[in-house]
Amino acid sequence: MSTCNDWMYDGSFSVAGGNFEEAGKVSGKIKTILKEMGIQKNVVRMAAVITYESEINIVSYARHGIIRLRVQPGHVEIEALDEGPGISDIRLAMQQGWSTATDKIREMGFGAGMGLNNIRNFSDIFHISSDVGSGTRLKMIIRIPQEQDG
Amino acid sequence: MLLREVQKILDAEVLVGADKLDMDVHTAFAADLMSDVLAFADSGCLLLTGLTNPQVIRTADVLDIAAIILVRGKRPPPETIRAAAEKKIPLLSTKYIMFESAGRLYAKGIVGSTQKVGGDRVHL
Repeated sequence: MSTCNDWMYDGSFSVAGGNFEEAGKVSGKIKTILKEMGIQKNVVRMAAVITYESEINIVSYARHGIIRLRVQPGHVEIEALDEGPGISDIRLAMQQGWSTATDKIREMGFGAGMGLNNIRNFSDIFHISSDVGSGTRLKMIIRIPQEQDG
Repeated sequence: MLLREVQKILDAEVLVGADKLDMDVHTAFAADLMSDVLAFADSGCLLLTGLTNPQVIRTADVLDIAAIILVRGKRPPPETIRAAAEKKIPLLSTKYIMFESAGRLYAKGIVGSTQKVGGDRVHL
């Protein structure tokens, strides 16, 4: 991706671990921001789903997290960085159906081992890294398809 | 089909959105797992679910889902009703189970928002 610094948007949002009542608010904000920028509907939807699942992960497992949204004409970049227990086996965590979710998370309709898969499937580029005892970093890029007449 | 016809077919109680029953709907998705709703439901569809917490409203809002039908006679907590009113998403409750609700709507012409899952790229 470009190393150009002139982002059309660059903002970070804080997500508190354990605050289930607030989960989803950042994705709501990000959706509104992208919509107001005139970003295509499908891209907005992908970004909203990615952010929502990321928020659920932070709220469910981490102490604290930051979601960063950056936009350039050709793509939307979302990073989800958390301070938490980390993931010891990323390959296992990426397996559909594998989860360490608590009952509380399952009661909300999540925790079925789908979240990271959804995030990956809704991204054009997906990168995950984690340090046990420190935290997890996700970076997702969604390409903005260029208009026919563009 | 108008939302008011959906309400009649399912003998549903309108909890939020009595003023929005003239909205037109053509597709639906039914699940209790919100991660599956995020993966497979489309904007403008009906969401049939047995889950009643506010995350259902947040999920519907993220996807621009037209209306939510709570199945199995589920009564949502006040914070869910509040969230639906805030987001202006109609919220209905039916005593029919999920299978029966889906079948009754399908028989009248409502189809799945995603009919079959295929490939690793999400259907949009």
